[in-house]
Amino acid sequence: MARPRTLFDKIWDDHVIAPAGEGTYLLYIDLHLCHEVTTPQAFEGLKLAGRKVRRPDATIAVADHNIPTSNRKSGIDEPESKLQVDTLERNVVDFGVPYIPIDSINQGIVHIIGPEMGLSQPGMTIVCGDSHTATHGALGALAFGIGTSEVEHVLATQTLIQAHAKNMLVEVNGTLGAGVSPKDVILAIIGKIGTAGGTGHVIEYGGSTFRSMSMEGRMTVCNMAIESGARAGLVAPDETTFDYVKGRQYAPKGAAWEQAVAYWRTLPSDPGAQFDKKVSLDASDIAPHVTWGTNPEQTAPITGRVPDPGEIDDPLKRAAVERALQYMQLKPKTPLNEVPVQRVFIGSCTNSRIEDLRAAAAVAKGRKVAQGVRAMVVPGSGLVKHQAEEEGLDRIFLEAGFEWREPGCSNCMSMNPDRAMNGERIASTSNRNFEGRQGPGAKTHLVGPAMAAAAAVTGHLTDVRQLG
Amino acid sequence: MEKFTQLSGVAAPMPMINIDTDKIFPAIHLRTIKRTGLAKHLFEEIRFRPDGSENPDFVLNQGPYRNAKVIVVGDNFGCGSSREHAPWALTDFGIKCVIAPSFADIFYNNCFKNGLLPIALPQETVDKLMDDAKKGGNAVLTIDLEKQTISRPDGEIVHFDIDPFRKHCLVNGLDDIGLTEQRNAEIAGYEQTRRAAKPWLFDMTETAGA
Repeated sequence: MARPRTLFDKIWDDHVIAPAGEGTYLLYIDLHLCHEVTTPQAFEGLKLAGRKVRRPDATIAVADHNIPTSNRKSGIDEPESKLQVDTLERNVVDFGVPYIPIDSINQGIVHIIGPEMGLSQPGMTIVCGDSHTATHGALGALAFGIGTSEVEHVLATQTLIQAHAKNMLVEVNGTLGAGVSPKDVILAIIGKIGTAGGTGHVIEYGGSTFRSMSMEGRMTVCNMAIESGARAGLVAPDETTFDYVKGRQYAPKGAAWEQAVAYWRTLPSDPGAQFDKKVSLDASDIAPHVTWGTNPEQTAPITGRVPDPGEIDDPLKRAAVERALQYMQLKPKTPLNEVPVQRVFIGSCTNSRIEDLRAAAAVAKGRKVAQGVRAMVVPGSGLVKHQAEEEGLDRIFLEAGFEWREPGCSNCMSMNPDRAMNGERIASTSNRNFEGRQGPGAKTHLVGPAMAAAAAVTGHLTDVRQLG
Repeated sequence: MEKFTQLSGVAAPMPMINIDTDKIFPAIHLRTIKRTGLAKHLFEEIRFRPDGSENPDFVLNQGPYRNAKVIVVGDNFGCGSSREHAPWALTDFGIKCVIAPSFADIFYNNCFKNGLLPIALPQETVDKLMDDAKKGGNAVLTIDLEKQTISRPDGEIVHFDIDPFRKHCLVNGLDDIGLTEQRNAEIAGYEQTRRAAKPWLFDMTETAGA
């Protein structure tokens, strides 16, 4: 009998063209997503070498990081951002790469639109010059971020030279409590295994909690696989996955659909498949989480307190916590639910899908954004925005005093006008709380969408379960 | 790509863990279409004060460390984003080698595409090299990639491991794409088989954006 294989092993084996020597393999890439930030130097490299894009039909480009999320019609004001977007628009024409223009309803954050348009499918290899490519692993695809040199390599050859990563299983079983979201699950996982806990591994998220989780939730979880250092995150495809993919614009149709689903059903890890590392959590132990520091492992339940570096023995770890608290301007042992915020950001490739907006709107409904707080809601794509407006979510947000904006990466990082310029403290549904990421001196607290809305209406980090 | 064989230079100590890509190269400066001239933003938030002047406490602003060719750092260096601007900024500054107990995967991969050598060593060895690096102008380390050795200022030789394929590419300054293109027939053969078995994976995005 054949050796039992993991989901990752099966996708890997299906994409190996040949060994490339010394433990590396030439791996075939099914889908290449491109955005404006990490591709200009790659296209320039192709031009200089006189190379073409090997498979434009497996490539798609969109601008998301730089684009303004208001006053779209007046174009891009900031010259550096405009140059980067203009460069992408020229490159897609020069190389014949399909492009989603800024005024298309399909435009949005690359990791939102891939699944939404049915481009991201189970069993695929998917790459993008962006570490949050891990998001697409929610569909049971091997999806990972690459650097610009590798972007150029994929554009030219549709392949990558890769070493096989190790297998890791993160198992969560049980039912999540009321007010606990997929974001809290992934923050709890990262808090447990650490920001390098997955380094060198592909993580499969297994267990009943993920089986009963929606696709949107699985995407939130896989999106942050990289924040634990993992090469990629995966959830085995199941009926939830097939129901999600079916009927989408680029999903297989007719006989091809039947053929695809039959193949996808063979992908889940075999019983007895070996994992190099295993971690398990109990869903009922997970409370709403919030980060207090400057990397995603520096997280705690909202019921907790800011840690005391004096209680940490390891000198490097103590120094890291001291520095984080200094940057975050937090005193040890402060109750987390007393920390005031000046800004709230609901959006990003982690939490800007329809379910996220519904969860935030349920909290915002009938309430008002607290005085002195600027709160923005940025849908992940034109389609999400449209659907939210059909459901009346935009009116709930606007009536509560939230800004309702156009799709894009927005305040997840500081490449567009939504950046925080005054060192504000932000409750943010994004994925990274690194120093300066949301703006110079900006102090990020990562939370789920309902928790972000709760912080907006109270003016401080808040346990959403207590809002009733 | 420039060949990497031997390197001798001042090593700067940066005893911090989890130095992320935003710290190495802030997101706001990713708005460039070039891969050159990025050293001015390297470690910007810790290297400069808000008014733009140098922070004298930051190691690369101090005496001989201004010319550092090596940095010795803590665990999980380069975590976070896939931005190749991080190695581009390091090499533009003159840093050609990073020594750490561990690296984040994408950053580690990106180094090899840019003639930057990441060396992973056990914590106790990194601790010794960190002590060496604290010796200012005397903190000279000599790295021989072919022999896979680091010579410490006291003459002791430290051996390091490296993936043979990556070493081969770095030592010979090889262009990955050129190597892969030599295997075009194999790629085309694979594609043909794949198109027959999984036709839905082809001609996917032709009408996208229309």
